[in-house]
Parts: sequence; structure tokens; C-alpha cells
Amino acid sequence: MDDLKAKYLGQIADAADENALETIRVAAVGKKGEVALKMRELGKMTPEERQVAGPALNALKDEINSALAAKKAGLADAALDERLRTEWLDVTLPTRPSRQGSLHPISQAQEELTAIFAELGFSVAEGPRIDTDWYNFDALNIPGHHPARAEMDTFYMHRAEGDDRPPHVLRTHTSPVQIRSMEKMGAPLRIICPGGVYRADYDQTHTPMFHQVEGLALDKNISMANLKWVLEEFVKSFFEVDDVELRFRASHFPFTEPSAEVDIRCSWDNGQLKIGEGDDWMEILGSGMVHPKVIAAGGIDPDIYQGFAFGIGIDRLAMLKYGIPDLRAFFDSDLRWLRHYGFQCLDVPTLHGGLSR
Amino acid sequence: MKFTLSWLKDHLDTDASVDEIAETLTDLGLEVEEISNPADRLKDFTLGYVKHAEKHPDADKLRVCQVVTDEGEMQIICGAPNAREGITVVVCKPGMYIPGLDITIGVGKIRGVESFGMMASERELELSDEHDGIIELASGEVGDRFVDWLAANQPAKVDPMIEIAITPNRPDALGIHGIARDLAARGLGTLKTPEFAPIAGDFPCPIKVTIDEDTVDGCPLFSGRLIKGVKNGPSPQWLQDRLTAIGLRPISALVDITNFFTYDQNRPLHVFDAAKVSGDLRVHRAAGGEVLKALDEKEYTFSAGQMVISDDNGAESIAGIMGGEGTGCTDETVDVFLESAFWDHVQIALAGRALKINSDARYRFERGVDPEFTIQGLHLATQMILELCGGEASEVVIAGDVPDHSRAYKLDAERVQSLVGMDIPESDQRQTLTRLGFRLEGNMAHVPSWRPDVQGEADLVEEVARIASLTKLQGKPLPRMTDGIPKAVMTPQQRRQQMARRTAASLGYNEVVSYTFIDQASAALFGGGDDATMLANPISSEMSHMRPALLPGLLQAAARNQARGFMDLALFEVGPAFHGGEPGEQHNLITGILVGNTGPKDVHGAARGVDTFDAKADIEAILAAIGAPAKVQILRGAQDWWHPGRHGKICLGPKKVLGIFGELHPKVINAMGIKGPVVAFTIWPDEVPLPRKSGATRAALGQSDLQAVERDFAFVVDAEVEALTLVNAASGADKALITDVRIFDEFIGGSLGEGKKSLALTVRLQPSDKTLKEKDIEAVSEKIIAKVTKATGGTLRG
Repeated sequence: MDDLKAKYLGQIADAADENALETIRVAAVGKKGEVALKMRELGKMTPEERQVAGPALNALKDEINSALAAKKAGLADAALDERLRTEWLDVTLPTRPSRQGSLHPISQAQEELTAIFAELGFSVAEGPRIDTDWYNFDALNIPGHHPARAEMDTFYMHRAEGDDRPPHVLRTHTSPVQIRSMEKMGAPLRIICPGGVYRADYDQTHTPMFHQVEGLALDKNISMANLKWVLEEFVKSFFEVDDVELRFRASHFPFTEPSAEVDIRCSWDNGQLKIGEGDDWMEILGSGMVHPKVIAAGGIDPDIYQGFAFGIGIDRLAMLKYGIPDLRAFFDSDLRWLRHYGFQCLDVPTLHGGLSR
Repeated sequence: MKFTLSWLKDHLDTDASVDEIAETLTDLGLEVEEISNPADRLKDFTLGYVKHAEKHPDADKLRVCQVVTDEGEMQIICGAPNAREGITVVVCKPGMYIPGLDITIGVGKIRGVESFGMMASERELELSDEHDGIIELASGEVGDRFVDWLAANQPAKVDPMIEIAITPNRPDALGIHGIARDLAARGLGTLKTPEFAPIAGDFPCPIKVTIDEDTVDGCPLFSGRLIKGVKNGPSPQWLQDRLTAIGLRPISALVDITNFFTYDQNRPLHVFDAAKVSGDLRVHRAAGGEVLKALDEKEYTFSAGQMVISDDNGAESIAGIMGGEGTGCTDETVDVFLESAFWDHVQIALAGRALKINSDARYRFERGVDPEFTIQGLHLATQMILELCGGEASEVVIAGDVPDHSRAYKLDAERVQSLVGMDIPESDQRQTLTRLGFRLEGNMAHVPSWRPDVQGEADLVEEVARIASLTKLQGKPLPRMTDGIPKAVMTPQQRRQQMARRTAASLGYNEVVSYTFIDQASAALFGGGDDATMLANPISSEMSHMRPALLPGLLQAAARNQARGFMDLALFEVGPAFHGGEPGEQHNLITGILVGNTGPKDVHGAARGVDTFDAKADIEAILAAIGAPAKVQILRGAQDWWHPGRHGKICLGPKKVLGIFGELHPKVINAMGIKGPVVAFTIWPDEVPLPRKSGATRAALGQSDLQAVERDFAFVVDAEVEALTLVNAASGADKALITDVRIFDEFIGGSLGEGKKSLALTVRLQPSDKTLKEKDIEAVSEKIIAKVTKATGGTLRG
């Protein structure tokens, strides 16, 4: 029996491939293999002999099977190793190209400020870009002869001959949405109105179309001090700074009274803007308490309701926050610019996760 | 509006510094735009004394001077002809910046001799153009600051100039007196109001004045007088200095005097050369067509109704806007007629706009000057003319009267506090208004004549607030409108636009924002460009029409990027397009374009030209993201800027178009100047129905543990038969059992013959109650084959 063991273990060790191994298996432990034949001889043995030979044969069978399995695994490993040795890739090659999309900074900034004002209970209102001169001017306390009208560089729509209505305008500000919202929703009211506006002006810092967000809050006891707080909170949140100093400067807008222009404390260092520190002041918005005539134009009783309004340039906010130098480039659709200043699809600004990365 | 510090001090008794004044003005609402303070750039220069001067050993024209300075004796080489012993000079020491040369002077060697700094000429210090020699001072001690010497001896040269922006509501601040009043109201000094003494006339005025009855509403008051025997010519230096300092060109004494009062008191005046006036002056309305050459040497034609001042010869002056050249004063003028009138601001604004004249007079009258000051201004100017030009004044002639401007509003001290949110005691509020010239009777505030802008109680609030200083305003939290967590604020449509943007960006598109006005030709290619959407005053012909679609702007952007070498593009825009010129005739669109290849050449060979199915995949993804139903129709027959055979309209019924995708018409691509294939999609997000259900609950998930079965079928159909027809027919065979039908192969022509194609589809069957047996599957298969062959006229491919 030891001979058998030595013979087959030797053959298994020497087997070159799986076929040879199978031949050995059949010869050794197959149904008609040598070990099986020996098993048959057990029946002819005495019980005493059988008690010795039986377990020994079983052990031999197990040992050969294990050796076969081990050799088989060893051969498979060797074959795999051989295959893997030939499977080499230059992994520095580039991947299949995939396009990287982006969002425009105006969209991003608009979502950011929507998130902030939503927290303060302001909803988002919209209005038409082409509007009547009543909504754009008269309702906002800017009568026809008012110098502010001439200063606004208004775009007018063509009037067909025989149509004697005053020409419609491309809205020069988002303020007409104030009136439309008051008419529609009444008071108390808290809205922001983001959107495109138009002025006939084109130079380094002006484009004939740009974007504004209008804010309006009407209630029975809203004061200019509330306005200042709202703007302070907004600026801190938008620019993601802990503290910021705003300066209210008396100014004049026909639709607010008192009116204030608002400056923000900042510093310019090597062309980099820092909000909230330094000795410079930068004008960022116009605001004031809504003029009683404007409230009345919106169909609300100015003896009962009062409130504030403000207007901020969205493009300008984006320029300041993200260090974008030239307003004109916003509307050039230059792929290099879109990729550089754009935002990824999953950069969704939230107050809990942070507005920017 | 520009003025100098010394001019301001004519009206304001104050010790405040320039910086203090500037800060206060800005805070008051008179925003300082520029301060030009010569003292700032001269502050380091001190006086020196030339103790000894001798010829340079190596240069005939140079002198070696020993100069005593506050830092000891210095050797300075100087080439000025007047550099000599015994004169007091302005020393520029090494390391100092010389503004007129724009250099920082150092220690140098001039022809072998050391020189420590320089002695300055007026030009080198930007005091004048004088450069014939160095500054020689008749007084002053070594070490004195030069600016102090100038302030004492030539104050005009160090007079700081301040420029402020004037908002339309503050005509009173267009006079320096008005600016001083604001500062005094804030407590920055005391307003000087000199005694007014009218100048009596010595003889009757030979020129009479009248206002036509139909013109009195535009010119309530017109006054004037003759001053005879004047000597015109250059005005005195002080007056020239003042005008020059605020950017005006001195012309002659008479003109300079009118300009002086324009700025000093916001009182525009006009001087006629009386010798050139024929007969009397009459203020009236133009009949239309009259032509006048004005002082700016341009000819203007009046429209009917515009106000004009005429003499016997006809129109001589554009009332309240600009005088005529024919009656203008010259250096030879001997007799002058001085005019001071009050004009209605609306009529001046309209006439000025119509005639396109921007003059100081128009600017002021259209904002509103002080009607009460009309006659006083006439007397003050008379006095100055008599002082500077001599002559003899006539009696004053007056037509009309000061219009009634009296009005009063209630000062509600509590309302002021409630609106502003600042604790301003009533006594302070009253004091502010009084200092600004309001007259308080009880709590009624009578508005001063120089404040036409004050038209209601709200204006009183503004006055009190700005004088109290909004800078001091402390923010107060705005209470929430409702307690608890704020609700969502965006409308479904706003959410859709946001989702569409972010989905498009995730699909690799770059968002653009383009001008909503484009050129007429591009607009016309996409169904626009008509008169209704045309601008009356476009900024250029490239921006003349409101866009009818987003496609033209995107295609223009693509062409620009291709010109920069970017040939493969994926761009999208979300925004309004315009189908008319009335408010509301706009609709939101979501449009994307794919141009060129899907990507650059690559080792994997993955790049290929973009095709209709790229656009279809993306429009389907975005429609799904904004909540469009999955089951839609795809129809043809979109507008002619799409490729006629390679586009589809995604519809809910023939009239409800949610979007269009496909190739653009080759002619359009060509016209827009783009290379390579262009596919595009457009979505009308507002057409996508809002979900009917409310709440966030999903339908229960019907999962079956039973084995699903897939079976493949191939049908031979006519080439024009659409795959969706097969899919719909197959799906309809057993709606309960069939969960998915998918086309997986298309084969056209070949052995099938001309005009035929084979479409292969996989049908997935999902039983829900019992496992499918072969005969069940057979039964469904037969139904599928029957339905499809009926719907398409095709046959099962054997």
C-alpha cells in the first residue's frame, strides 16, 4: 500500500497539466482505479484484516484526492499567473472622453440668494421683461418728465403706426415686479424678484442687459432698521463672512423715501477683494422705505402698510464673490470662461451645507 | 457739481477739515465723487534760502548753489536762469516725489559735482505752466511748509476742489449756498446769509418785457434790467480762479458773473447785448419752424409750443435753456440786458429733451430752481456787474409773478421713528427742519421755496433721517412672518428651471446666458424678427429684435467658440423667448445644442459625430427630471429650421408640444456659420403638466417573486413605419403581463428588398399570480404578433 501511495503522489507531483492529472485520478481513485480494486478485495478479507486495511485504504484515497486537488489548484494558479503576465495595460492612457458641464455664475448666485432670502421668509416673484411704461416708471413715482427717466437709458419697443399708446419698455429694473406682486398678493408681503433688466449702455462696467434682484417687505411696522438688519444678514451669509460692516448713505430713488445707498466695508489687495475688512467702501445696492405713492400704486393702503425695498445687481454680486473681473464676459459664452467661472451640477447651494465649496 | 473749499466758506462758517466735510456730504446724500486737494501733493515741500551760488566748473548754464534748509545746508545744482544768491526758494529734498515731473528726485552727480535734490518751478509742482525759472518767494522763512505759504499768500492755488453727485431731488444743492445749508443743518458750521440790499435803478429800463397769456404756465416770472456803459473784458483773477477750479472756462466778466451765480446760488441768468436787441422782449410759444443759432453755435428749430424769447427781429433765446448767438455779449458789449426768470421744470425738461441741448441752465431749471430768489438773484448779479464792469443800472422790469409754491405737511414725530427705526427726539426733528429752512407752525412744516422735491410727509421723514445720519442706523431683526420652519418658496416652474439647469449640466452641457435681443436676420431664421418684437432704439443692429427662441443665441455662441478653435460644443440656456411685444408675450425655454463630435479624438475610438439620438437622450433625461410623463407621442412636422426628416416633437396630443429634438436644417447651420453636425433640443417647461397628486407618497411597489420571461420577435415592415408604433402595439397585447418592450435591432434593405426593414424587439413578461407555462407564453406571443402586424402591416420575420 505504501508503494501505491508513493507511486501516485509522485505522479501527481510530476503532472504537467490538468489532462495528465485526470489520467492519474482515473488510474488511482477512479471507479476502476487501483485503489478501488483494492477496496473490492476487502470483502475477501477476514474481519480482523479488514479492520486494519479498510481505514488504511480510505486514508490512502483521501490523501490522493487531496494531492490531486492541491495540484489542480497549483496548476490553475500557475496558468492564471502566466495569463496575467501577458495582460499589461498602459494605465497612463487617458479615459474615454466625457464632457464636463457647468452652470453659469448668474444661475448659481441666484440660487444662493434665493436660499438666503427663503430663510427670511421671502418668496420668489417674477414679471415680464417687456413692460408698460406705467409699471416701469409711473407706478414707481417716476412721472414722464422726471430726470431719472432720461438718466435710465431706457430701451423702448417699436410702436406700430396708429398705435398711440406710450411705447413699452424693456424693464430698466426689477422694480415693476414690486407693483405686480402687490396687485396680485396684497399685504403683508415678502418677495424677492430676480431677473434680467436692460439699459442702453455698453462699456467696461455696463452691458445692455444685466440681472437684478429686487426685495420687498411690507407689513404694519417694518422700519429702515429692519432693512439694515436684513441686508447685513444677507451680505454676511452671501459672502460667507462672520462679520461685515454696512454703511447706509442717504440717497434718492423716486420709489423709496427715505432712500439709502449701501456700501460694504472691504479691502483691495493685489486686485483681490476682501469683504468685511480694510478701509475701503464699495457701493453694492440701493434701498429705502417704499414710497407711499408706490404702495398706493400697488393697490395697498400706505396709511396701514409700510416697508422696505432694495435692488442688488446679481452679476455684480457674483463678480465680487467669485472674483470675476469683467461684466461683459458674462454674456460672451466663451467656453474657456464658462468652464473657469462655472459651477458643477451638484454644487447646489444650501444654507446647511454651505453656499460655496 | 464741483466747488472749492474757499467758495464753500463764503457760505459756511466752519473749521471742519476737507475730509470731515467730504465724509459729511456723502453721509447727507451728496455723494462725494472726487476730492482734489493740491495741498496733499505739496505737503512735504519746504522753503529754503540760497546762501551762495556760483557757476558750475564744467557747465556755463548750471550753478552750484548752497541752500539753507530745515535739514541743514545742501548743495544743489540748478540750471534755472534766476538761480542766484539771496532768494527764497521751494526745496525738493532727495527722496521726494515731484508731481509735475512724475519722478522721485535723488542724490545725483551733474558733470562731476554732487547735487542734493532740486529747487522747483511752478510747473514742476503743477501750480501753473510757468517754467522759465524756479519759484522765487518774496517772503517766508527757511523750513516753512510751502503749502502754508501758499495758503497765506496765494490761497487759490491750494484750494481743495470737491465734486459731488447730485440726485434729481436736490436742485438746491446745485448752488453752493444750498450745500452749505445742508452742512450747517448737520452742525458742521453756521450758514452765512448776508443782508440783501436791492440795487435801485437810476433810470427806466428802455427794454420792456412781456409774457404771452398762453405761456404764463411755463414762465410765471420774467425780470430784467439794463446796465449801460459797462466795460466787459476778462474778469478779475479771483473770479477766473474760481471758475477754473470747478472746470469752467472764463470767457468775459459778464458771462463769468452769470456762471458764478449759476453755481453760487443755483440761479441761472442770461445777459443780452442790449445793442443787438431790437425793441422789447416777449416770452411766448413758438409757432413751429423758427430757427435760432444758439450760443453753442448750433442751429435749432423750434417745435410749436416750445417757449422762446423774441424781440422785434424774432427768436433770440431758447427760453430757460440757452441764449442766442445773435444777441450774445462780447468784449465790445457796452449796454447789457440782464435776465432772471423762472421757468416750469416740466416744460424745460421736455423742450431740452426734444432739442437735445444739455446746458447748465436746462439742467437746473428742469430740476427746479428757487422761484423766490429770481429777483434777488437779479440784484446780486447787478451789484457784481457794477463792481466789476462799472456802468449804470436801470430800474427792474418784471412780467408775471412768483408762482404759488406754498404747501405744508404734517410732521408726525412718531411716524418718523416708526419708519426709520431710529430714536430721534421730536425736538431734534423740528430743529433739523428749521435749519433746512422749513417753517414750523405747530406740527405743520411749511416747505421752503428752494425744495420743490418735498411733496409729502414721507419727504419730511427723509430730511430728518438723512440729517440725523443713516450711518448711525442700527439694524433690528426682522421678525419672521410665521413661527417655525420656513416653507418652500419656489414655484413648481422655478423648481423645474433649476432642475433642468442642473440636469443639463450633469449631461455635460455648459450653461450660457446670452442677450435676449439679437440681429434681425438671425431672429427671422427662427420665426421672429418682425416689427412687434423690434426695439425702437437698439444699441446696435446686432441687438435689434427680441429673440424668438434661444437657438439663434446658442448658435451664435457656438460659432464664436468655433472661431476660437473649440469645435466640439455642448451649450444650453434657460430663459425667456418672445412671441410678441406686449408684456407677457414671452415664454420660458430650455434649449441645448450639441456641435461637432461627442468628444476629442481618443485612443479608445469613442469619439463620433453627434447625432439626433444624443439630443433625444438628453431631452428625455431633462423632461424626466422636470416631471414630464414617460408616455408621450413623438410626432413630426416641426418648424422649418429643423431637418425635415430628422427631428421629433415630443407631444401629449398633437397640440401639446413638450419639446423638440433633432438635427437642425443644413441651411440654418450654414447661415449661422457653424461647421460640423449640429443637433439640438428645446423644451417648453411650462407646457409640462403639473403632477396631479399632492403629497410625497409613492404608489406601493408591486414586486413579484415569479420568474420573468423575455421573448424576442423580429418583424419586416415598410421602411417608413416607426419603431414606436411597434412598441406601442406590442405593449398593448397584454398590459398586465408585458412590463417592457425594447427595440434592439434595426436592419434596412439587403435581402429584405427596397423599402423594407426589419425591427427586432424584446418583450419582457412579468407574471404576478402564477409561473408562466410555455402555452401561456405562446398565447401572449400570438397576441403580440397579431397586434403588431395589424398596426404596421408587417410580417413576422421567418
